[in-house]
Parts: sequence; C-alpha cells; structure tokens
Amino acid sequence: MKLTLNIWRQSNVQAKGKFETYLLEDLDSHMSVPEMLDHLNDKLIKNRKDPVAFDSDCREGICGQCGFVINGHVQSPEEHATTCQTHLRSFKDGDVLNLEPFRAKAFPIKKDLCVDRTAFDRIIAKGGYISVNTGQAPEANGILIGHEEAEKAFDAASCIGCGACVAVCKNASAALFTSAKISHLSMLPQGKIEAKKRAVAMVEQMDKEGFGACSFTEACEAVCPQSISISHIVTMNKEYWKSSK
Amino acid sequence: MLNSKVPPGPIQEKWTQYKANCKLINPSNRRKYKVIVVGTGLAGSSVSSSLSELGFQVEVFTFHESPRRAHSVAAQGGINAAKDYKNDGDSIWRMFYDTVKGGDFRSREANVYRMAECSLGLIDQAVAQGVPFAREYSGYLSNRSFGGVQVSRTFYARGQTGQQLLQGAYQALIRQSEVGLLTIHTRHEMLDLILEEGKAKGIVSRNLDNGQVKNHMADAVILATGGYGKIYYLSTLAMNCNATAIWRAHKKGAFFAAPSWTQFHPTSLPQMGEYQSKLTLMSESLRNDGRIWVPKKAGETRSAREIPEAERDYYLERKYPSFGNLAPRDISSRAAKEQIDAGHGIGPLRNAVYLDFSDAIQRDGKEVIAKKYGNLFGMYKKITGMDAYSEPMMISPSAHFSMGGLWVDYELMSNLEGLFVLGEANFADHGANRLGANSLLQACVDGYFIAPHTVMNYLAGEKPIQNKTSANSEKSIQDTEQRMAKLLSIQGNTTAEEFHKALGKVLYTKCGLSRKRSELLEAQKELKALQESFYKDLIVSGSSDVINFELEKAGRVEDYLELAQLIVEDALQREESCGAHFRVEHQTNEGEAKRNDQEFKYVSVWESTSEGEYKLHKELLDFEAIQISERSYK
Ligand SMILES: Cc1cc2nc3c(=O)[nH]c(=O)nc-3n(C[C@H](O)[C@H](O)[C@H](O)COP(=O)(O)OP(=O)(O)OC[C@H]3O[C@@H](n4cnc5c(N)ncnc54)[C@H](O)[C@@H]3O)c2cc1C
Ligand code: SF4
Ligand code: FES
Repeated sequence: MKLTLNIWRQSNVQAKGKFETYLLEDLDSHMSVPEMLDHLNDKLIKNRKDPVAFDSDCREGICGQCGFVINGHVQSPEEHATTCQTHLRSFKDGDVLNLEPFRAKAFPIKKDLCVDRTAFDRIIAKGGYISVNTGQAPEANGILIGHEEAEKAFDAASCIGCGACVAVCKNASAALFTSAKISHLSMLPQGKIEAKKRAVAMVEQMDKEGFGACSFTEACEAVCPQSISISHIVTMNKEYWKSSK
Repeated sequence: MLNSKVPPGPIQEKWTQYKANCKLINPSNRRKYKVIVVGTGLAGSSVSSSLSELGFQVEVFTFHESPRRAHSVAAQGGINAAKDYKNDGDSIWRMFYDTVKGGDFRSREANVYRMAECSLGLIDQAVAQGVPFAREYSGYLSNRSFGGVQVSRTFYARGQTGQQLLQGAYQALIRQSEVGLLTIHTRHEMLDLILEEGKAKGIVSRNLDNGQVKNHMADAVILATGGYGKIYYLSTLAMNCNATAIWRAHKKGAFFAAPSWTQFHPTSLPQMGEYQSKLTLMSESLRNDGRIWVPKKAGETRSAREIPEAERDYYLERKYPSFGNLAPRDISSRAAKEQIDAGHGIGPLRNAVYLDFSDAIQRDGKEVIAKKYGNLFGMYKKITGMDAYSEPMMISPSAHFSMGGLWVDYELMSNLEGLFVLGEANFADHGANRLGANSLLQACVDGYFIAPHTVMNYLAGEKPIQNKTSANSEKSIQDTEQRMAKLLSIQGNTTAEEFHKALGKVLYTKCGLSRKRSELLEAQKELKALQESFYKDLIVSGSSDVINFELEKAGRVEDYLELAQLIVEDALQREESCGAHFRVEHQTNEGEAKRNDQEFKYVSVWESTSEGEYKLHKELLDFEAIQISERSYK
C-alpha cells in the first residue's frame, strides 16, 4: 500500500513548525498508524534524518498517550477510536494524509506531533479525588451502589485523559475531561460530600490553564474515544452554580 | 543462603505480629525523612500516597508524561480478593493455597499468605476511592472467576479494571502532591542507583525533555517500575515498558531472582505481520464463556464455520476436564503452542487457535454476552476488523508478565539495604506462574499495605540524610552522561528497534514457552553476537539535550541485551520444569511439567559480578503450612 504523508515538523516549543512530505510505498493495510510512523522513522534514521517524534505507549487505546490529527480528524477518522487503534485499512491506497499535533493554547507543542498535556494533571490535583487515606475505608459492601449508578459512574470514569476533546473544540475547552471526573465522583455516595468544593476548584483551575469556555457544540462527544457524554458537562455546571451561589 | 527474614510463628499470625512489633517514627519526625519512589503504576502510586499520608517526604519519578499512563492502566480482567461474597467456599487460606499451587510451589509461603490476607482491605480501599467495580442489581459487588481457581473471587470494572484501579491510585497520589510533602517528576527516567556505604541513598535521573542528568538523594529508594516482558519485543506490554531501573540496580549489587520466569498469556491476538509492534491482550475472563479449539486435521484450510463439530478438538476440555477452558495460563499457553507446532494452528500465519462464543451466545443470548464482553469484542473488531459475535476469535500466546524480578525479603527490601522493590518489578508472590487477577492485587497490596510499614521500620534505624551530593553520585552522573554519549557516537546502521526485534526473536524461539538445553546454548551465542553488533552497528539520531525517543530506546535495549543473557543463564541452570519454565528434557509421560523438588526447591537468585560473571545464590523454600504436591488440573 502507498501513502503520502504531510507531517508537521517542529523542533521545540519555541520553534516555528512546517509540514514536510514523505512518500511510503511499502505499507501493509493491517499496520496501525503508529506502526506506519515506526516504519517511516526507520527509514529516516538510516538516511541520517531526524525521526518524527510522536507519542504512544499501550497501543491499545487505553493509556491516552497517543493522539494527533489525521486529515483534520482528531485522533482518528474512525468513530471513537484513538490514533493507535487506527489502521491503514481506514485509508485508500494512494491517499494523502496530513498529520499534525493537537492544537490548543493549553497544550503547547513539544516536538513534531507531541504536545504537553500536563494541564490535565493540574486540574485533577485541584480536587479530582475522594479524600480518603489508606486504611480508612469501611467494608466495601457497607455502602450499596445500584447497578445502574455504578455503570454510569464507570462511563464517566472511563476517560483516558487523551485530550482529543480539547483538540477538537473550537474554544479549546476542557469541559468534557473535567466534567467526566466531577461527574464520576459526585455520582458515587463516597464522592458526594466533596462534590461542591471539587467542582469549583477544578473549574477554576481549568480556566487558569487557558482552556476556553464550553459552547455546547458537542464536537467533543463525537470524537471521544471513550464516548464520554456531554451530559456530564451539564452536571458539572449544576455543581458549579450550586456551590458558587 | 539468603535470609528472607520471615517472622516466626504460625502463618496466620506472621503479618499481624510483624506490624505489632515493627519500629515506628514519631509523626513530627517523619517529615525529616525522604523516600524516592520510581514508578507511578499501582505499586508506585499507592506507596507514594500512603507514605505521604503518613507524613514522609516523597519524591516520585516516572518516565511517563503523566503518572496516569503507567501500564497498570492496561489490565482488563480483574483483581482477586478472598471476600467470599459468593459463599462458594473461598477464604484467605484457599486463596493462599491456590496461589502457591498456581505458582507451582516456587513462591514464598509467608508472602503469599500475606497477599491473600491483605486482599480483603484492598477492595474496601478501592471502593472508598471511587473505583466503580461491577455491581449486582441489588447494589452489592459482583464477582467472576478466573483461570486456575474454582471459586469466584475476581472483582472487575468492565474490561478496564486496571485503568479504574490506577485512577484511584493516581488520584490519591496527585492529591498528596497538593496536600502533602510529595513532588512528582514526570518524564524523568531513573538511570542509576546511588549507594552510600552499601545502602541505597538516591538515584540518578535523566530529564527526557531536555536531557539533563541529575542526582536525587533520599533515605530510602523504592523501585516500582513494572515488568520486563517487553524484552520479547512482541508482548502485551506497552512500547516503553523496560527493565532499566531494576537492571541498573542489579548492576549496583541488587540480586535478580528467577529472571527467566515469564508468563505467556494464552489469550492475546496473534501476530499478523513483521511490522507488528505489540500483541494486544484479550482478557482471560473471555475463557469463562468462550471455548478453545483447533481443527483436528493438521493444515486445515476450511473456515471455522465450515468445520463440523466432530472435526474440532476442544483440547483444553479434553486434557483438563475439571478446569477445561479455565486451566491456568502456563498450561493453556503451552497446550496452544503444542497444537500450533503440530500444524493445527489457524489464521494467516497459522499461529493461532480459536476462542469460540457460539455456544455461549446460543445459551445466554447475544445481549448477555455483549453486556459481559461488549468492550472486548469491540476492541477485537477495532484491531482485527473482524466480528467475534459471528466468527470465533483468533488468539495465541504472548509474552506477558514477569514473575521474575529483583529479589526481596519479607519486608520487600532487596539485599541492598534501603532499596525496596514493589509490584511486578520484584520477585515475590507468584512463584513460577502467576494466577490471573493476582498481580493488580500484589501491586496494590505492596504499595498500600505492606511497604508503608516495612519502609518506616527501616527508616526508624536511619539518620535523615543531609547531603545533596556525594562522590558516588557525582560518579554516577558522569557514568550516565558517558553512557548516553557512547550510544550516540556509534553511528552504525541498525536502529535500536531492530536490535530489540532480533533480541525478541531469539528469546521467543529459544527461551520462550518451552526451553531446551541445546537451544539455550545457541541462544547464549546469538545474544553475545547481537550485543557485540549493538556496540558496532547501532544508530541513534539526534543529540542528548532534546527530546530524543531513539536515545531512550537505545538505553533500554542496551540493558535488555544484558538481561537477556541472564535470562538464558537462569533457564539453563534450572534442570526441571515448573510453571512457566518448561524444560523439554523434564516432562512427564503425558507431556506435563515435571518438577524436581529434590534438587530445585529453591529460588535462583543471581548476582552479576563486576567481571561480568553470574554468581548463584539460593533461597530455599520451606513449605510449612501446606503440603507440596504435584500440580494437577486434570
Ligand atoms: C495487557 C495487560 C493486562 C493485564 N491484566 C491484568 C489483570 O486483569 N489482572 C491482574 O491482576 N493483572 C493484570 N496484568 C498485570 C498487571 O497489570 C501488572 O502486573 C501491574 O499493573 C504492574 O503494576 P506496577 O505498578 O508494578 O507497574 P506499572 O504499572 O507497569 O508501572 C511502572 C511504572 O514505572 C515507571 N518506570 C519504569 N521504569 C522507570 C525508570 N527507569 N524511570 C522512571 N520511571 C520508570 C513507569 O513510568 C510506570 O510509571 C495485566 C498486564 C498487562 C500487560
Ligand atoms: S473526555 Fe474523552 S476525549 Fe476528553 S480526555 Fe477524556 S477520553 Fe479523551
Ligand atoms: S498508545 Fe495508549 S491510547 Fe494510544
């Protein structure tokens, strides 16, 4: 299989980047996108050129480490998939692929396709947890949680912190990411007590990091690899207004 | 002979007694002590937060961009605990017994008992943190069963148990970075261990964003750096999993136990082509409802659905009627390899077996199966493009879990004082084969419940370190910088990735699911040659003061090449078969692993001398609580 790749090359945060073009003629349609880049890098290195920097780790859609933009599709042209779960069978022989990093003010570009998403950790640090120390926990079946509630909490908790929601949003808002955590914890009896404080602190940090405001375009839900629902944003806003009143 | 420092007394009371007698440090003095933790998986995050909650200073290191990306995140199936919520006869004792037996009687009884004992509290802890385990409609926690046991003791959160547990641990960790004396260094790779008068007192790290090499001093060092199954290249591990931290500690004198005991997971997706970079795991829980088979005819060309029932061999059900498709991993993997080697393999490369859900779908309906395994079937589709509801999955064994690791005593301390090793990085609880859903547990229990006590016990005898540097740490920094410079200077024509692939191939074929003396000897030579070629032909692009993934890789592969040789040495030395270590020369008439308790009832613990020789130490295994027997699942 043959593909032409236009890849964003940028040597560091300050540098100005630009697209460079590479032609690959010996690809296999079962390859994943990161495997395609491994293949390209192998050639670049042997030609004494700088390989393309891109992030990936688990390569099975769960660690949230990979992710860039492929022909305008954040993460993947496939529905609800990460970049590492995207295979070349999603493209046609001879296609041209434009690969560029996530673009958002709060995600500075570190090199080529790698961005800095540590802002997410700083949002979680402001309250994305239940304040329980090791050893304090009561018997696990002591507090019952209905099947449906547990499943709903799981849906929210399944966020992998990939940042696709931010990258696709025209306001570069982190509302989906932040609300998923707020909603996960406030839905559970263990997390309810701190719900108000949590919502305010996390939303404030989100603003401080330079993420934009949510205008409910729903674009985030459409790309989210874990299909996190925007209904969590409604929950977040409710929690926030309740407590800031 | 090594001293594992197991406390005296009946096995049920050892841990209680230990806790009752270990030394404590006054809360107001704890802040004077600093502990370094390397790794933010379940083991690293849990120990970091727990120590910080106690009031210690903690400095945490991970090469990941965020602590949440540690490979614990990828665990799917579940976590074991002897809660006996099912009233099906489970107990701490039974879990202890299952684990020791599952490990083919090559683990330390006292450690295993403690893990089973602490499993109860772990589920409580996770639930309190907000881990959304599966629940019954009544609101009670739900369980399922996993390979190698006959009770349902596995707790799970859909197919993402690891990710959910890690969220809990990560959140506890990050909370301490706000409220405690804890700092997190992301994108920092530990490249050396610093010893002062034989005790672990710090590490050297490299900042992967700007290349800066720096020392960090502390009163104790904890390594929680995960498994090294990625040494086989194709594995279920993440691309960046590596052995560097433990290998560098080994080179500084920490003993390495049972390096060759690697578990091959029976239900991963098969390799489809040379370009492939990893093998994705399909949770073992699938074996609860899926039936494993191969065509009876070798070289069969018909598709699965065209092969009539009578021409299928459900070989696990046939060979192990009482455990059937839930036979333990080593046995299932080896049985699959046997079928594949005999020409019954299926798929384009004839390297797989079928995992078939048609009976379960007929019995329970598609909806029930979708509810249980929907996300796994979805994942299968995303990767292979195939629909497991209508045709059987193709699965094959893949390198997965390192039972081996740095040797630790009962306190999880290595032979080097002040160096603790937790989670998959240590050798402790799983013996020669790990039971499914026991390692998330081990990582958590090590970090939340065990190390906080044993580390404090150690620190209580130490004076807080004052110096920020030392002659040893300066030397370590220099050595590390020179190492990086050397890797960059070779300028050959073979990439680190290519060396890694070649290395993986040698290990897979000659020191994988089965091992033979003659082949191991070949492997020794091939690895030596590969290593020589590494220092002549390696090419690493770029420089050391910027983000350079190639340089990171090269360093890890360099260490893998050394570890691989120890792995082969270990496999050669052990003239018996046990668990995952199957020596072709040592099998029963029926082709099962044949242990040799007379001569090998010990753990092989290796020291690498500065002359590059391996010195064998032994930890004798005393089975006092349970009777050692032949491990049968028939
Ligand atoms: C695909 C898969 C599925 C699994 N499913 C299950 C399951 O269902 N149930 C079960 O019980 N077990 C399962 N396991 C096993 C289990 O997940 C692991 O054994 C366990 O999570 C290991 O945790 P850990 O904390 O020891 O290491 P990890 O989670 O691997 O963490 C290692 C950490 O160390 C850091 N690190 C490593 N080296 C360095 C260095 N040199 N410098 C700085 N940082 C470093 C990494 O950045 C990372 O933070 C599975 C494993 C895999 C691969
Ligand atoms: S909400 Fe979805 S898109 Fe956003 S970080 Fe989480 S998983 Fe990624
Ligand atoms: S590499 Fe882990 S999600 Fe893609």
